[in-house]
Amino acid sequence: MNRTQIVLVLLGIAALVAAPLGQGNYIVYTLTSWLLFSIAAMGLNLTLGYAGQISLAQAGFMGIGAYVTALMTLAGVPWILAALSSIGSAFVVGLLLGYPALRVQHHFLAFVTLAFNTLLFLVLRNEEEITGGSFGLMGMERPTVFGISTDGNLNFYYFALVCFLVAAGIMWWILRSPWGRAFKALRENPIRAESLGLKVRRQTLLAFAIGSAFAGLAGALQSPLVQFIEPHSFALNHSLKILLMVVVGGAGFFFGPMLGAAVVILLPEVLRFTEGYYLIIYALLVIILMVYSPNGLIGLGQKLWSKLRPRHEARRDMDKGFQL
Amino acid sequence: MAELIQILVSGLAAGSIYALAAVGFTLLWQASQTINFAQGEFVMLPAFFVLVGMNFLGLALWPAVFFALILSLLILGLAFKKLIVEPMLPHGTLPLVIATIALGLLMKESVKEFYGATAQPFPAVFPQKVYNVLGASVSVQDIGNLLVSMLAILGLQLFLSRTRTGRCMQASAQNPQVAEILGVDVKKMVLYTFLINAALATIASVLISPVYLAKFSNGETLGLVAFIAAIVGGFNQIRGALVGGLLIGVIDNLSAVYISAQYRSAVPMLLLIAIILFRPQGLLGTPEGRSV
Repeated sequence: MNRTQIVLVLLGIAALVAAPLGQGNYIVYTLTSWLLFSIAAMGLNLTLGYAGQISLAQAGFMGIGAYVTALMTLAGVPWILAALSSIGSAFVVGLLLGYPALRVQHHFLAFVTLAFNTLLFLVLRNEEEITGGSFGLMGMERPTVFGISTDGNLNFYYFALVCFLVAAGIMWWILRSPWGRAFKALRENPIRAESLGLKVRRQTLLAFAIGSAFAGLAGALQSPLVQFIEPHSFALNHSLKILLMVVVGGAGFFFGPMLGAAVVILLPEVLRFTEGYYLIIYALLVIILMVYSPNGLIGLGQKLWSKLRPRHEARRDMDKGFQL
Repeated sequence: MAELIQILVSGLAAGSIYALAAVGFTLLWQASQTINFAQGEFVMLPAFFVLVGMNFLGLALWPAVFFALILSLLILGLAFKKLIVEPMLPHGTLPLVIATIALGLLMKESVKEFYGATAQPFPAVFPQKVYNVLGASVSVQDIGNLLVSMLAILGLQLFLSRTRTGRCMQASAQNPQVAEILGVDVKKMVLYTFLINAALATIASVLISPVYLAKFSNGETLGLVAFIAAIVGGFNQIRGALVGGLLIGVIDNLSAVYISAQYRSAVPMLLLIAIILFRPQGLLGTPEGRSV
């Protein structure tokens, strides 16, 4: 990172710290939920944007995280342990699911994860003794960290913000490590990457499992945020929603998922005045965006930028800055 | 025994309609590598075209079906290909997948907003008679559905293998570059595939709506089933999609009766996972070469 980028990131963090101040409960709640979905979308971005695999079970992995955390905290286990188990279980399930699916042609992971998400929904709904069925689980307490209770909405927002920043930092580190750079190599030129000794299958599998683990963390936060979880929050259409976040923002860009999550969460609010038509308008916008800019909003921004300043020398630095 | 016959017949009847959707799905995949996530909505929509034709334009059932067929060919065939698939093909599979997901949402929500959120009764295409065969009650509707969809698929198969246009379509699907060199108008062939898919969806819609009623959310389950049927049977074969559709129809009905109603919809999913694990090319499919 160069100096301007560090300053920009610090400014961004300051904005995130200041954002909820003086706002009503609803806005703070929406912001917190944006942070959670950004974490989940960031994980999916690793799977999708860097390893090139479509996963349609990101909400399912969030569900695994949410239910593990809910069950453990309800049994009196501290949140941090529950969250670590959530992340761990999402990771392990990701490995188990990805291992067979990645043996075959590339689009099969999409179908396996699609089936998995539907199956998980059925299990969550039908195994009432454990999961509470369609009535769900409720009464999860918000965690106390270093003696500070996160009970209030504002406190919980800052708690989620810290988790978000840690997750983003880890993702940043993963992508910068030699191991993360291997993903880019895989995406750009798989044949060459393989001939240089990269194990394509192992890399992709790990990317998928790590991406799923991020969803596990998001789920572990979802449980104390909403304090009520039920199977429908983790159904297939929510997985599609997270996929939409990644693609709308720009798959393969570091800040794509955050931008996408903001758009997907906020746009329905903005379009609320159109009443029943908002989903129609929303779907149309997504189709138009995909037709004109398959790299999402960040890709669109880049396109416009290079059109406005076609021969500017600093443009290349900007490119890197966008892609990170 | 009587119960089993009954289950088998209604399973095959439902399965043959799934097969229509699955065949269309497979054709699109072969011709243009389009994974159409809106396939379920493609089957949901034509029923509403028929209803619009009957209730607003005052058409009788069959003219309304014809009207729906024309609209489907124009919207689900031509417009879908020209406006959505064609500009996105150079960008690879992923944006197209997202666009079809959004398209499905668009169709679902539009029907909900502009026609109605409740399930609409749909006129029966076949006489509502039930015959007693070996103690099992078999309805004319089930037999009719089975026959019509089988004929449609058989006709399609004959068209693809026996006519010049059909063979050109196959060639374009298998190797577009070589087909182009040999003078096949690949773009036109791909367009034909989209039109055929729209026609198949219309047939499926007209057949299935009297049974399940016409509802905006019908596409969700239908799409998933078509998907599974296509993969179970074999993604690169028409007869694979046919077998997959029939199999899913029968298994679905069997498991509803003999396993549990709660986990009924889990059985096709488990079948899907098992197939992907042990026979990824599908029951009748031939393995595709891996690109890397």
